[in-house]
Amino acid sequence: MELVKPDHLQELITSFANKDVYIHLETTNGSYAAHFNESVFNAGAFIRNIVIKFELGKVAGDSPHRIGLKLPSGWIYAQGITHYKLDEHGRLLMAGLDAEGKLAVALEISETPFTY
Amino acid sequence: MIKKERHVLVVFPHPDDEAFGVSGTISSYRDMGVPVTYACLTLGEMGRNLGNPPFANRETLPQIRKEELKKACEAMGLDDLRMMGFRDKTVEFEDDEKMVKLIEDLIEETNPSLVITFYPGLAVHPDHDATARAVVRAVRRMPETERPTLYTLAFANNTVEVLGKPDVVHDISANADKKIATLKAHASQTVWMMKEMEIKLAAQDPDALKWLNFEHFYTYQWDKDFE
Ligand SMILES: [Zn+2]
Repeated sequence: MELVKPDHLQELITSFANKDVYIHLETTNGSYAAHFNESVFNAGAFIRNIVIKFELGKVAGDSPHRIGLKLPSGWIYAQGITHYKLDEHGRLLMAGLDAEGKLAVALEISETPFTY
Repeated sequence: MIKKERHVLVVFPHPDDEAFGVSGTISSYRDMGVPVTYACLTLGEMGRNLGNPPFANRETLPQIRKEELKKACEAMGLDDLRMMGFRDKTVEFEDDEKMVKLIEDLIEETNPSLVITFYPGLAVHPDHDATARAVVRAVRRMPETERPTLYTLAFANNTVEVLGKPDVVHDISANADKKIATLKAHASQTVWMMKEMEIKLAAQDPDALKWLNFEHFYTYQWDKDFE
């Protein structure tokens, strides 16, 4: 993955519009967050291999970027995206990595299912 | 002094769970000729450490950690690794009965005299606790006289309040080199920590030496069952 180039990422996102695509969306502050600091409220969410079709996808804001996908009757968004890659399987992988290189958020779009 | 066993079954959910608290013990058993089976439930697919600049992404991390796990097993001298195919952070959401059956099958096949896992409810990560629950339940269902000994790891902040001090302490200093090699094998998880740790060890820092050379277990007490 490399640092987001917004124009390029915008092109890639648009290439998945109006198709059935598989989504991976994840936010996390780590399973140990509240162990190391008991005042941390540990929250996160995860979906994987959910099929959606979006009509409009946008990259917004300066880095870290926000990515929003408008669905016929709903929304998906991810905040804090810093890195991206179109991998060798044609999957668009986006992630938000903190200063230490720890993943805080991930949004991935693919025309084929992700592994389990 | 580490007691000789017939067969040891180690059950953890993540590659690297074995490295920190048990790898010296595993190497010691292997030195004694004791067979050790390690069932690792997931490949740590949801690990957060991808590096900056990143060395991996969400989709390549599992393959990297799988190779690291195999190298770690080589470093420990462990030759019976079972990768069970679950997904990181989802173990607690699997069917409880299915998880118990999985452990029962492993026990039936390997006939261990000792099983090592986490302590349910005192192992911090939900996968650790879920794995521990399945193991305790599987062993509990065996007739009392046939049950293997169960060594558990607990490291929640309130562990000493609940369980007191660990009753089993293994001096693994003879295998400290293998333990370091095992920890280093899980490079995606440990590279920064080990850099700091090796500086401390080189300086003979007493806490670091204790951390390296001693492994602690709570023998599971059936009269103080968790449920
Ligand atoms: Zn773990």
